[in-house]
Amino acid sequence: MTVHSTTPQFKQNAHAALRDAQLQQALGNVRVNFVERRATAAARLPEFEALRDSARDIKNHTLAHLDLYLEAYEKKVTEAGGHVHFARDSAEACAVIVDICKSRGARTVAKGKSMVSEEIGLNAAIEAAGMRAIETDLGEYIIQLRGETPSHIIAPAVHLNKEQVEQDFRRVHVDLDKDRDLTAPESLLAEARAVLREQFLSADIGVTGANFLIAETGTSIIVTNEGNGDLSQTLGRAHIVVASLEKVIPTLEDAAQILRVLARSATGQDMSVYTTLSTGPRRPGDPDGPEEYHVVLVDNGRSSMLGGAFQDMLRCIRCAACMNHCPVYHAVGGHAYGSVYPGPMGAVLTPSLIGVDKGGNLPNASTFCGRCESVCPVRIPLPKMMRHWREREFERHLSPAGQRYGLGVWGFFARRPTLYRWATAMAMPLMAFAGKTRGRFASLPFAGGWTQYRDMPAPQGKTFQTQWKARGGRTR
Amino acid sequence: MSARDEILATIRRSLGVAGTEAPRRASVDQRMANAPAGVVPARGQLDAAGRLALFRDEAGRVQATVAVVASAADAPAEIARYLRDQNLPATLRMGDDPRLKALDWSQTAIAVSHGASEGDDLNSVSHAFGAIAETGTLALTSGPDNPTTLNFLADNHIVVLDQKDIAADMESVLARLRAAHGKALMPRVVNFITGPSRSGDIEQKLLLGAHGPRRLHVVVIADAEA
Repeated sequence: MTVHSTTPQFKQNAHAALRDAQLQQALGNVRVNFVERRATAAARLPEFEALRDSARDIKNHTLAHLDLYLEAYEKKVTEAGGHVHFARDSAEACAVIVDICKSRGARTVAKGKSMVSEEIGLNAAIEAAGMRAIETDLGEYIIQLRGETPSHIIAPAVHLNKEQVEQDFRRVHVDLDKDRDLTAPESLLAEARAVLREQFLSADIGVTGANFLIAETGTSIIVTNEGNGDLSQTLGRAHIVVASLEKVIPTLEDAAQILRVLARSATGQDMSVYTTLSTGPRRPGDPDGPEEYHVVLVDNGRSSMLGGAFQDMLRCIRCAACMNHCPVYHAVGGHAYGSVYPGPMGAVLTPSLIGVDKGGNLPNASTFCGRCESVCPVRIPLPKMMRHWREREFERHLSPAGQRYGLGVWGFFARRPTLYRWATAMAMPLMAFAGKTRGRFASLPFAGGWTQYRDMPAPQGKTFQTQWKARGGRTR
Repeated sequence: MSARDEILATIRRSLGVAGTEAPRRASVDQRMANAPAGVVPARGQLDAAGRLALFRDEAGRVQATVAVVASAADAPAEIARYLRDQNLPATLRMGDDPRLKALDWSQTAIAVSHGASEGDDLNSVSHAFGAIAETGTLALTSGPDNPTTLNFLADNHIVVLDQKDIAADMESVLARLRAAHGKALMPRVVNFITGPSRSGDIEQKLLLGAHGPRRLHVVVIADAEA
């Protein structure tokens, strides 16, 4: 899987996405299903809002004590017979995992769904070392066949229709009957199940992500619906967990709190089908399970996010509610973002991972409607943090000259209220006069980007501030 | 400096701490020692009969089926009935759980085999450690008694559950796990299972039996004292 980022071309990507009729049809599923299902699940649990507060507080407490919880977690994993590896960046994380696989003579690595493995480019590293990485989550399997990246953090193939999946299966599963009927989604699932079952049974190593790491017990937890993560981690000789640092939380009780908001926010389920708690390798007398258990903890700049403007982003539990409710994501889909993490959480996290010079487009791709924050189970102030990035981009002179000049002019007037009122009072009748025949402008100087797609209404009557004053509105 | 030490040092620098502050350590140690429960929903807080009824409802909502039998001796006949009704062959794979082994399978036509699954078993049976009424969730623990592979590789997974082990919430199951295995010690794997395997990855249509079992049938052994 490539980790090549096309984030700097966000605008071109978005244009292409808006004209892609097939993509627009697929995105229709996101706009309706995820939103309704979450709302129904949340309404069914009276304690949902209190649980969101609880989840936020647990994450805040953990982040404030992250060094100590990581040490405690490491100690417990080791006591249970597992191994913890720390990795500063993607290259180091991939090297550790490839080394474990190679030294065990592995040929095939079965992977459960893991966004951090996408972030570090693990599949490419495994393939470069001469081994096969097999994605086993149905959506991940489909996009691996297509050489694509996930377009959504919990529904990686949400940009595709079933006809495209059928084409890919016919292209790749060439030893199956050519005349088989694959029109029903059920038959596509049955085929993937049969093909992947063989892969599970022959895999040497299983790699999974983690939704939580428990400091109290040294346990890793994965939450899935298909059961592929469990088969990956149970059938291989070694189970390698790859997780970012902030997945650690104090206790199993804390996991029970966050689990109650995770699935409801993600898919609208009360609980996902499989919540699996794993602690160390196979024990004496165990008839199954991996002989080795490794955890690779990835930093990738997260340790530097602590204590700063973006610490709150480390509360994220990767439920995808923010993108499921985002009008920008609904319009352009996940691939347009050009980064591993799309949507509002991706718009905040990506500049931290690849730099605001390359990722600065994403925090600008927001209407600031605030729906993301209103549904976030751990109450991350996503719009506020996107605004932080815009400010940094401006401060570092990374935004385009025209935009900077325009903001500079506006800022000059905005800091001088009397002048501002005077200038707008002058401009208003002029614009009203110029646009009086049609009541709107089809083009305006310096605003071609705006008027290309819609008309600018001509001002009617007096300025807001004049009207406000006339009605006796309160002023400072 | 090792990656570990460098990462911990960066975290401490970012947080403005040394890592040795006694109040921080005490706060962390206390939290792990006491494991406070937080917000526990009222939904599951019912008497034994209420918990069974809620478990049934919630499991049904996620496409599991539930049958209640009067005593353990009735479980084999119920499982035989289930396999017959689903037009499934009368075969069953199980681990060494003494509660399952003690049952009289000879009264049925089921061919029972023992051990972990190699991937070619159509039907498996496990004995649950417990269950959560709040969400219709089963809790199974790994080991020779109930191999983990039986939970995932068979097409049809049957789980025997004692009514007395149906708890109100996940916190109660965690408390029992601690009592059984010791504070801060866990079985190798705990599987919380809520319904049969599924995927929504093709056009968000709910499809059962993605990689794990296509069907999940729970046989609850009624608690005579409840």
